[in-house]
Amino acid sequence: MKNGRDPVIVGLADAPIEGGKFVTKASVLGHAALVAKAAVEEAGLTLDDVDGLLTAGMWGVPGPGQLATVTLGEYLGIMPTYVDGTNIGGSAFEAHVAHAAMALREGYCEVALIVYSSDQKSLRSRNLGGRPSVLSMQHETPYGMPTPVGGYAMAAQRHMHEYGTTSENLAEIAVATRKWAQLNPAATRRDPLTVDDVMSSTMISEPLHLLDCCLVTDGAGAIVMTTAERAKDLRTKPVAVKGYGEAHTHWAIAEMPDLARLLPAQKAGETAMKMAGVSPSDIDVVEVYDSFTITVLLTLEALGFCKIGEGGDFVSGQRTAPGGAFPMNTNGGGLSALHPGMYGIFLLIEATRQLRGVCGDRQVAGAETALVHGTGGTLSSGATVILQKD
Amino acid sequence: MSTEQPLPVIDHDSAPYWQAAHEGRLDIPLCGDCGKHHFYPRAICPHCHSDNLNFDTVSGRGEVHTFTIARRPAGPAFADDVPYVVALIELEEGPRMMSRIQTDDPEKVHIGAKVEVTFVKASDEITFPYFTMT
Repeated sequence: MKNGRDPVIVGLADAPIEGGKFVTKASVLGHAALVAKAAVEEAGLTLDDVDGLLTAGMWGVPGPGQLATVTLGEYLGIMPTYVDGTNIGGSAFEAHVAHAAMALREGYCEVALIVYSSDQKSLRSRNLGGRPSVLSMQHETPYGMPTPVGGYAMAAQRHMHEYGTTSENLAEIAVATRKWAQLNPAATRRDPLTVDDVMSSTMISEPLHLLDCCLVTDGAGAIVMTTAERAKDLRTKPVAVKGYGEAHTHWAIAEMPDLARLLPAQKAGETAMKMAGVSPSDIDVVEVYDSFTITVLLTLEALGFCKIGEGGDFVSGQRTAPGGAFPMNTNGGGLSALHPGMYGIFLLIEATRQLRGVCGDRQVAGAETALVHGTGGTLSSGATVILQKD
Repeated sequence: MSTEQPLPVIDHDSAPYWQAAHEGRLDIPLCGDCGKHHFYPRAICPHCHSDNLNFDTVSGRGEVHTFTIARRPAGPAFADDVPYVVALIELEEGPRMMSRIQTDDPEKVHIGAKVEVTFVKASDEITFPYFTMT
């Protein structure tokens, strides 16, 4: 049943990048502010209308980014009365949508702004290998664990062992995603890619090759949410948030309950789909976190798009490519479009654009229901959002 | 091994574990209530949440649960080690722990391989439990 306080997405913006770097000259917070302003203005709102602020920044950590919403609120010159700095890695933004949805339903805020910005490519700062050797990491860092790729490699190795999944299966994902990127003028990598190219690219952390890994780019994105009632007066056609779920299991990879099975995605997906009253067969377009090719395979299985262990077969034959039976990661994903450290907000932006029907050459015909799933940490956290055309 | 290898910052939870390793034993917590071992050491049992815990010397035997061969080092400290094998070892007593597999031939490492602990001194305070295939 429809309710005036049902949560909807009414504004979007992302920053232009070229060669993986920001085009506009601004600081990392400047880019956050520019996309925030663009997203509220697209909806016909102003930053002064924003009373809910959600972000997961990594700005100058251990400096100002430790208190991310506080730092960003100050920069924007606003005084939010609902804040959420949930940081569970790249999936944080899917969790933010869930939390904003609950705050909107509760009447705790009217206009929620979700923002992310990173200039890691320009800064050349992407190296998580130096995780301080404290607390649980004292049992990981000293052994030379390549992070985060090593944990994903260990999961891939285990999946291959248990289910016979192959490097070719994983390469199919990278190739299909590149084909989508070729249809997206904003994507960073648009040159042709074959399964052989992926398989013969440099081995980073066996069994994962360089082209099994996401890009390292800058990027900034913003999403504005409000209630269905408020959206009636706004400029954009709202996209409804119909369901959400979240879960996490571990930080250190040794603590992952089952390395061949993504429990957070299974739990979050079940919760979100039950709330929305949909099943996997109802989904028209799928945007799932692709930090590495194996992330996608584990996610598709856990969400129930195929059986556990059958992900390799499911993605073969370019099933997820343009024109395939299963449109997925339609902007070119983290593998080929952009990946600024935490990518989750861009999954939501692309899904919303698909439901708005504004995706040009890469538009999925008749897209009415989208599933977005973010994965964070080292297969640590998962958060699912179900979006629907109103 | 490079001298720059990051060393663990020992805390109250982990001190008995690192002390034992330095003395050539693999000691991990055993729960006096549910009877299960766990790793890494905590102040409460992650299985039953009891705080009735004692360190127990375990066999040091286990098998490779999964692994990766690092072809690129995790930072300059490990540059001389490449290629090296980082593995999750499933101990006979149940818990999994991360370590290195010491081998001249990383390609021989496989899931299910039987392994045994070996202790490698890294500093006056720290000795790491590494594993070799048996």
